[in-house]
Amino acid sequence: MKKLMLTNQAIAQGAYEAGVKVLSAYPGTPSTEIAENAAKYPELYAEWAPNEKVALEVAFGSCVAGVRSMACMKHVGLNVAADPLFTGAYTGVNAGLVIVVADDPGMHSSQNEQDSRFYARSAHVPMLEPSDSQEAKEFVKLGYELSEKYDTPVLLRTTTRIAHSQSVVSCEDRVELENKAYVKDMRKYAMMPANARPRHVVVENRENALKSDLKTLNGVNKVEILGKELGVVCSGAVYQYVKEVLPNASVFKVGMVYPLDIEAIREFSKNVDELLVVEELEPFFENQLKANGITCHGKDLFSLQGEITAETIKEKLFKTAMPVPASAPVRPPVMCAGCPHRGVFYVLNKLKCIVTGDIGCYTLGASAPLSAVDTVLCMGASIGMAHGFSLANPEYAKKTVAVIGDSTFLHSGITGLINCVYNKDTNTVMILDNSTTGMTGHQEHPATGKTLKGEDTVSVDLVELCKACGVKRVSVVDSYYIGEVERVIKEELNAPEVSVIIARKPCELLKKGAKPVAEIDNCKGCKACMKLGCPALVAGADGKVSIDSTLCVGCMLCAKVCKFNSIKLVK
Amino acid sequence: MNILIVGVGGQGTLLSSRVLGKYASLTGKECKLSEVHGMAQRGGSVVTHVRMADKVYAPIITMGEVDVLIAFEELEALRWKHYLKEDGHLVVNSQKIFPMPVIMGLEKYPEDVEEQCKSVKNCHFVNAVKLAEEVGSAKATNIVMLGAVCALCNMDKEIFAQSVTACVPAKFLELNQKAFSAGYDSVK
Ligand SMILES: Cc1ncc(C[n+]2csc(CCOP(=O)(O)OP(=O)(O)O)c2C)c(N)n1
Repeated sequence: MKKLMLTNQAIAQGAYEAGVKVLSAYPGTPSTEIAENAAKYPELYAEWAPNEKVALEVAFGSCVAGVRSMACMKHVGLNVAADPLFTGAYTGVNAGLVIVVADDPGMHSSQNEQDSRFYARSAHVPMLEPSDSQEAKEFVKLGYELSEKYDTPVLLRTTTRIAHSQSVVSCEDRVELENKAYVKDMRKYAMMPANARPRHVVVENRENALKSDLKTLNGVNKVEILGKELGVVCSGAVYQYVKEVLPNASVFKVGMVYPLDIEAIREFSKNVDELLVVEELEPFFENQLKANGITCHGKDLFSLQGEITAETIKEKLFKTAMPVPASAPVRPPVMCAGCPHRGVFYVLNKLKCIVTGDIGCYTLGASAPLSAVDTVLCMGASIGMAHGFSLANPEYAKKTVAVIGDSTFLHSGITGLINCVYNKDTNTVMILDNSTTGMTGHQEHPATGKTLKGEDTVSVDLVELCKACGVKRVSVVDSYYIGEVERVIKEELNAPEVSVIIARKPCELLKKGAKPVAEIDNCKGCKACMKLGCPALVAGADGKVSIDSTLCVGCMLCAKVCKFNSIKLVK
Repeated sequence: MNILIVGVGGQGTLLSSRVLGKYASLTGKECKLSEVHGMAQRGGSVVTHVRMADKVYAPIITMGEVDVLIAFEELEALRWKHYLKEDGHLVVNSQKIFPMPVIMGLEKYPEDVEEQCKSVKNCHFVNAVKLAEEVGSAKATNIVMLGAVCALCNMDKEIFAQSVTACVPAKFLELNQKAFSAGYDSVK
């Protein structure tokens, strides 16, 4: 059956067809929909792990125990999971293991644009990269064959343009596999120096075996000999743009990104006058080719930054002038009307706190007019950085607040909090608990009481958890009551020990049904409410503020900051 | 045929692209769609690419090669109109949503959006929110727009209506069918 499918959905379908039984993941754009789609197959167990490291460890456990397994994450997630990845390359697998990693060139939804291909190389793990949905599905299945044949985890890399594009996929039946027998083998699975040293030899031998077998892996890399003038080496989405812009060029389409079939590319290069590598981000292919004495162009023409598109190729190769866009004010993402995070940042800005921020919808607290965030580094960093601020200058402990979301706290904030308590900090941590993983599209997490499959489960009690970490001062406030939020923040900043404030209110987008709307009557034009940065509040040419009733959800935060009591709920 | 759908995160552009994808498959064309998830969905500028032809390579449309630009918001029409072909259609929902820099008074919402859009040879404004409200709910604005696009670009009405039916939840079917016709009739 043929179906138009998002590549992430096709990856889930590939896992299903390959007989995968266990999938563990942590959400992250652009990888999230893989697990969400996998959860729809009754034969496939899929779960959200609290972070990527745990997800990969779970998948390793299941594959060693004998069932095909998958772990999925975004590029920065693989940093978190790098520890099991590197040593898992030594242990190898029993049943197959495919790890999906989704890169984000252009940073559509990320804090950096690192190139995950280097993980394949430094961990010595094979990596495949598809160019559309159908190929993604095929590469998942190929990944399991390679994983079992070469006794190695296999990485499957996508980028945003592939992960979030749809094309036609032909669906096939699932192969139902017998579980492989698990046999205790400490020399293979218990990595300590005496066992790991011989395993390192295995890693090298395995990679050499795979390299010499590359030419027998039909169809992984594709060679299209067309024109003689130009030969292009490319992979992933870039392949599609090359076909579009350079229909007459010969193409070496890399499907196996690592190990790279350098000898095949050398052969290919003999057919063409000039060899060009077009790759997003780092010169990963190019440097390997050059190191092997193959002359080519690449990053002398193309940037290390951002995406490469058809336009980029036209501009760089043909100097084609692109149409000029009209000038238009930018439209950055904003916190939604009614977002419970808004009031907290309004208060933090008002109190002129140093805010070590974190990653989630609340990162938008850094945008004007709230402008309340000082730092954003990586998931979980807010608490560690706040401790760093206190150490650098004890005065900072009296005005520094670490702000972290509920999902992010469970992902990697807890260890930072334990560190603050253990090392006798006196700072203040705020957990913005909106009962969901908001930024990535509302996924469940260990404190929501539901699993990825939608089943009821135990919900982690954040208050008790913080207390168990040794925090004595744990308070809970309603995020909409900004007067109370302000009072508690002031009090806790002055407390001579670590305190945690849990600001609690479910994400507005989780609420269904008709919502109330506020109305401004007799606005005096003082613009106090405009400091909230609410998209439903609009200042007119006369300086008076009105409320956009299509956006307003009646959270009444604006009424709380209005100095003239002009804002009322209408329905 | 290359269709670019632009708007503001949360306006329901994803449903429109799904309908167009269905249309492509019912007309036997190869189709690729490219959408935005994640950060931009929070009120940012969003864009979805839909391509249908006998053979499609790139999932996104090259600048200057768009046949139909469907803009759910006027400023977004302005932002993306240089993607249009010389004789491409620009179909704009008459609605202004102010971005944060405008709300804060740091920038101005261009007063001449409409004029600038009308410099495009085939430009059509559709009062889609109003039409949708008339048939029952502003939620069907996107389907009103698709009705108008169907008529303006001489697409197959029958197949288009079928595609709408296949993509919307059963309980909103009647609303969306009405919305589709309203959009179609408004420009015919
Ligand atoms: C290591 C890592 N994994 C995943 C992500 C993707 N990501 C960004 S924010 C976020 C979760 C935010 O959830 P929460 O902390 O609950 O805040 P909310 O968005 O709900 O306000 C995720 C998973 C990331 N940036 N880094």
